[in-house]
Amino acid sequence: MYDIKALYEAESVADAIRLMQEHPEAQIIAGGSDVLVQIREGKRAGVELVSIYGIDALRGVSYDEEGAIRIGSLTSFSHIAADPIIQEKIPVLGEAVSLVGGPQIRNIGTIGGNTCNGVTSADSASTLFAWDAIVELAGPEGVRRIPIGEFYIKAGKVDLKPAEMQTAIIIPKKAYEGYHGNYIKYAMREAMDIANLGCSVNVRLSEDKKTILDARIAFGVAGPIPMRAPSAEAAAKSKETGKETVDAFAKAVLEDIHPRDSWRAAKAFREHIAVEMARRALIKSIELGGGVIRE
Amino acid sequence: MYTGKSVKRVDAFDKVTGRAKYTDDLCDKKSYVARILHSTIANGKVVSFDTSEAEKVPGVVKILTCFDLKEKHYYPTAGHPWSTDPSHQDVSDRLVLTERVRFYGDDIAAVVAEDEVAAAQALRLIRVEYEEYPFVLDVQKAMEDGAPLLHEEFPNNILKHTQIRQGDYEKAIQEPGLTKVEGWYETPVVQHCHIENFICYAEMEGNRITVTTSTQIPHIVRRIVGQALGIDWGRIRVIKPYIGGGFGNKQDILYEPLCAWLCMQTGGHLVKLDVPREETFYCTRTRHSIRNHIISWVRPDGTYAARKLEAFSDQGAYASHGHSICAKGAGAFPQLYPCPNVEVDAYTVFTNKPVAGAMRGYGIPQAMWAVESHTEDVCAAIGADPVEFRRRNLMPVGYVDGFSKNENYYDSFNQCLNKAMAAIDYEKKFKAYQNQTGDVRRGIGIAMFWYNTAVWPISLESTSCRMVLNQDGSFQLQLGETEIGQGADTAFAQMAADVVGVPIEKVHVVSTQDTDVTPFGTSAYASRQTYVAGFSIRQTGLLLKEKILDYAHTLTRMPVFNLDIVDGNIVRTTDGRVLMSLGELATEALYSLTDSRHITAESTYQVKSNAYSFGCTIAEVEVDIPMCRAKLLNIVNCHDAGTLINPALAEAQVHGGMSMGIGFGLSEKLIFDEKTGRPLNNNLLDYKLSTFLDHPKLMAEFVENPEPTSAFGTKSLGEPPACSVAPAIRNAIFHATGVGVKNAPANPHNLFAAFKEAGLI
Repeated sequence: MYDIKALYEAESVADAIRLMQEHPEAQIIAGGSDVLVQIREGKRAGVELVSIYGIDALRGVSYDEEGAIRIGSLTSFSHIAADPIIQEKIPVLGEAVSLVGGPQIRNIGTIGGNTCNGVTSADSASTLFAWDAIVELAGPEGVRRIPIGEFYIKAGKVDLKPAEMQTAIIIPKKAYEGYHGNYIKYAMREAMDIANLGCSVNVRLSEDKKTILDARIAFGVAGPIPMRAPSAEAAAKSKETGKETVDAFAKAVLEDIHPRDSWRAAKAFREHIAVEMARRALIKSIELGGGVIRE
Repeated sequence: MYTGKSVKRVDAFDKVTGRAKYTDDLCDKKSYVARILHSTIANGKVVSFDTSEAEKVPGVVKILTCFDLKEKHYYPTAGHPWSTDPSHQDVSDRLVLTERVRFYGDDIAAVVAEDEVAAAQALRLIRVEYEEYPFVLDVQKAMEDGAPLLHEEFPNNILKHTQIRQGDYEKAIQEPGLTKVEGWYETPVVQHCHIENFICYAEMEGNRITVTTSTQIPHIVRRIVGQALGIDWGRIRVIKPYIGGGFGNKQDILYEPLCAWLCMQTGGHLVKLDVPREETFYCTRTRHSIRNHIISWVRPDGTYAARKLEAFSDQGAYASHGHSICAKGAGAFPQLYPCPNVEVDAYTVFTNKPVAGAMRGYGIPQAMWAVESHTEDVCAAIGADPVEFRRRNLMPVGYVDGFSKNENYYDSFNQCLNKAMAAIDYEKKFKAYQNQTGDVRRGIGIAMFWYNTAVWPISLESTSCRMVLNQDGSFQLQLGETEIGQGADTAFAQMAADVVGVPIEKVHVVSTQDTDVTPFGTSAYASRQTYVAGFSIRQTGLLLKEKILDYAHTLTRMPVFNLDIVDGNIVRTTDGRVLMSLGELATEALYSLTDSRHITAESTYQVKSNAYSFGCTIAEVEVDIPMCRAKLLNIVNCHDAGTLINPALAEAQVHGGMSMGIGFGLSEKLIFDEKTGRPLNNNLLDYKLSTFLDHPKLMAEFVENPEPTSAFGTKSLGEPPACSVAPAIRNAIFHATGVGVKNAPANPHNLFAAFKEAGLI
């Protein structure tokens, strides 16, 4: 039995925006895997809900006219993981979202909900950060698109204006073409867990596979919101795919991240793991791109 | 013969189809709903409540606080048999609601409402004023002079201190050439995490009150509800339906007295108390965290000259099962590896933490963590082979414990070791994993365990059974022993069918205990259901058979000594002729115009024996050193539980226990905020119960040496599987890396600290 004051079911994006304008206190609910838990905990007890779960137009993965990959915000984790476009172009995103919770959560949980929550531990977020994802938002003023790095404001807070909702996540063609990536989730158990640290790396290699033309790395739980590690990226860019580069890249991570000391994990522990994750995720990404790590 | 065969569970179809009814399924939907207000300080006193806002919530029926408790009936909670000797009674230190708060989570008030939402809303609106006292969370700090005192009658917070002294320790350690090995080994606070949270409901009819509850021990619940309410025990009726696991948490009286009291305070209306998971974690019971200090003096030939154990058991805020847990582990210490010179000091100490009670293994998982971790450390210190060292020092065949009179009749330890070693290919792996280098290494580790069966001679062992013959030759079987998911009902049906001589379908086990009609028994704990019920089933079955054959004699004029019941028929043994079916006999017996009888049998058996139950675990791990993780690759348990009544159920029991051991060894730990005493991870996300993906294939092996004292050759298997898993995993990590973790669990946090200290990272 949940303490819910009212539930309004939207039939379309326009309908959802109208409902949110009519009920400014209302909270959007999609799959509910986070919202219902919060209601049960008493945090959102007595809440009004606008359900967008029935808006099928927000489901699915497709290419837009410019070749960007468009993921509808209501697409579930299991659908993302099974999608042929994702599997062909950014399989790492499918792998990352396959590590969320358990099968039931992955069937009900959506990528829009995962990112709109604004939590640093979301398994999809670090990969989306690492792939220069664009967030599409629709509201009373129309549609706008912003980089995911700007969408996250602070812990639990994203750039959603009143009566605005997320409708899609877009990976531009230049962000994915030629890139290969790997995601490592570090959690205390193999399933049903949230990350103590998440690390997503991807690289674009030269034609001879000997040089890293571009490397991108993003972390979850290394700070209050997901973040890129620019010092590490600079340390690998235009470098040879050797052990030295990998070590420099991994160590440079510490210049960028600032994980918390908490009962969930100590700062020193997270820092140690972050370096090792960066190392392993870079090596794996280079290997996926056809490169080898020279001693 | 049905015993010894893997017959299907008698409740299998009902459970897999969802037809089996549990407490919440049975409760009328018109019930009131109760929720408990728990203290948000760890030590102090409630000064006042402001319930004015909470009272206004629509649907609130009544708010009751500790100040509404006019008659204070202190009661004990441990699910032990009662003792008529006051010096052996459990400590009575609980009230249904308390003004004096002793841990963060103590029960200070309750809301009774028409539904869950109203109850939750009201709960959030109650304001409490406290007088706060300093609190103590550490077991040894709690023993210091000047530490906050929880119960005035227990100075230095020591609930009990017991000692064992054998030989002369001080003299023995003077022997030249000894190696001293010393270590501290600690286990964390963990929780049972049974699928079904604690739930009960109560209602009155006339002046009697009925409590239906998810418990392991219905007859004990009745006694304690009576003690807590201060009413005659006969006015109380307790019903125990199927339960979704208990693991010892439900071998304690949890909230049955409070629910019954709330029911009485609301005019006897039906009140349901369904405790949420978050509260089940820290407001019911936990497993005692025990800090163990072991010193061993070892001779060059690999034998023990002298040994010493100090154990500090963290009781939390109230006595519950108290010192029994620590004392059991302490008692096992001189038995598992006997040594002529032993000193043991066991302390059970109050702290301002949640109340620790019974949990699968009852002190032995903690003791085996310490003893078997230490055994490995001893082997490393003197360069001994872990298998050979154990074989040399383990309890020998013929050993008799002076107190319990338990005898080690067979070479169970070596037989179990041999079987487990073969199953996991130990020798080959042990050699292959010596002296590894690199980031990722493998190891294989062993741990033995000591266990016994039931509680004799510490407590009463009484078991009662009733069999009621039906017209069709079937009979109802009633016992005080309870089905708590372990398969007891099935084992009972198998034993009863064999004793009476009927097909198993003719045995109808009455699974639900109802203290108004169920014969007396103290129920499920101490891994005793199959062992103790076996006695009363056999005795009562023979009694029923005697009555049946007596009636068969009147019908057939054949002498009783030439008659038997075989496969549900009355058979003349001299020529094997079937004289009639049991159904024909039973129908005639009930409706006969000349000699009508309702054939039933009922008897009580007082068990005055106990039985050793031994075995071991071998675990194989892969340790990723830079990532500070240990992955379990293979694991095997081997048990000598005597003759198995149902091998498939025995295997399932072992799997479940191993799973609990894996969490205990690798991931589970309930943690508390040092500043407030608040539990930090009291939910299934943050409390790291292991999942399917954290388990390799679980291998269960058995050695079946029939137990001479037992009615069916069987002995304990409920708790033993959980006892040696964690130290075996720990020892495997030690083998892989040379780093021996001292504190369970060997989770990444602890491995990070240990690897750092060892210079591995």
